[in-house]
Amino acid sequence: MKPPKFDYFDPTTVEEALDLLKEYGEDAKILAGGQSLVPLLNFRLARPQVLVDINRIKDLDYVRENNGTLAIGAMTRQRTLETSEIIRSKCGLLTDAAELIGHPQIRNRGTVGGSLVHADPTAELAAIAKALDAQMKIRSSEGERTVAAKDFFVTVMTTVLEPSEMLVEVEFPALAPSAGWAFEEFVLRHGDFAVVGVTTVVTLDAKQTCTELRLAAIGVDETPFRDPEIEGLLQGQKITDSLLDELAARVSEKVDPFTDLHATAEQRKHLAGVLAKKAIKKAEEAAILNLKKES
Amino acid sequence: MPQAYRSVEITVNGLTYNRQVEPRRLLSDFLREDLDLRGTHVGCEHGICGACTVLMNGYTVRSCLMFAVQANGAEITTIEGLAKNGKLHPLQEAFWENHGLQCGFCTPGFLLSACELLERNPDPTEEEVRVGLSGNMCRCTGYQGIVESVLAAASKMKAQK
Repeated sequence: MKPPKFDYFDPTTVEEALDLLKEYGEDAKILAGGQSLVPLLNFRLARPQVLVDINRIKDLDYVRENNGTLAIGAMTRQRTLETSEIIRSKCGLLTDAAELIGHPQIRNRGTVGGSLVHADPTAELAAIAKALDAQMKIRSSEGERTVAAKDFFVTVMTTVLEPSEMLVEVEFPALAPSAGWAFEEFVLRHGDFAVVGVTTVVTLDAKQTCTELRLAAIGVDETPFRDPEIEGLLQGQKITDSLLDELAARVSEKVDPFTDLHATAEQRKHLAGVLAKKAIKKAEEAAILNLKKES
Repeated sequence: MPQAYRSVEITVNGLTYNRQVEPRRLLSDFLREDLDLRGTHVGCEHGICGACTVLMNGYTVRSCLMFAVQANGAEITTIEGLAKNGKLHPLQEAFWENHGLQCGFCTPGFLLSACELLERNPDPTEEEVRVGLSGNMCRCTGYQGIVESVLAAASKMKAQK
């Protein structure tokens, strides 16, 4: 229950960190908030030869607004999602969903980038990134590339990142002032890993017709589930119970979950539909309130 | 070249300690083994139980999920630092008075989590206390007494202000 030996580096700049990744390649592991990696080390399930601790790189902890988008540095603590006024005003879904991520002690250390790169199939931030088409800014000592969230997650705990690369920033779009959102989960105890979760953003026009639906589910596949056909079902429609029942049935049918000790695949399919309906209803109500505030 | 041992300077409960540590030394073990501060309890060592919770620069952290070397330069408060001049912290008093502990193993973690909770939200509802303490587990009293203790401490601390 103690970590194995490793060589430890704590660079203070991104460039130094990238040089270390280039030098040590697959033998190195980045240590961000450590809320997933340190348990793996304590259990000796992970035995990296080198740890590159990026907690002393101050340049990776920021929240900036750029032309209608919200840029969040990879080392921004999850707690900042709860407290940042810019995040609340531009992308309140992140603020509201933050309390679903672990517990206060976890969010004080855990980082936005760390959660995305760890790519746990039930990570809330991964679902939001996928639903909002977030852009992942990735650097290596050779250069920089940007990868859309839909291409970023490969499978359970695996992303497109190469051993020499590091996620440095995530860009979320600002949500329309008239949008409403929700994140609904089925979870055994508050703060635990969700069994199934669904996040959604609903945008309405002045007549309360749905102009856009975004919907992603976690706990139902290796990576966050999203389906353009399902999202299209509400396009140009008034949201009614029967339409939502149809949508929920489609979600249940299309997801491809696994069975584990918390729930069977059948239960997860059922939950995905139920939570989709619940989340959309909640988001619609919020959107209607926002519309009223606007007018 | 990486060093086998690193020098750290860590302030714990107002006292500054200079020590040599292996990078893999967990902060929880540093506090218990190197500084002999055994009030920080180690339950699960993988970030589930919350027993090892301490304050780092005013924020709760699970000390089993950090390396001591990462706390270099930081200010840590452990359970030993809560009572001042022989007088218990209002939260400690409230736990005593409201049956907030039975075996006491989880208590240090609960107290430090409650410190941060009341710092952020001096007048919490019962629901907010339960959510705020969700990262700590108790396996004997159940949570009723703990929640009542925190609520009692909140009103006591408000009255003292």
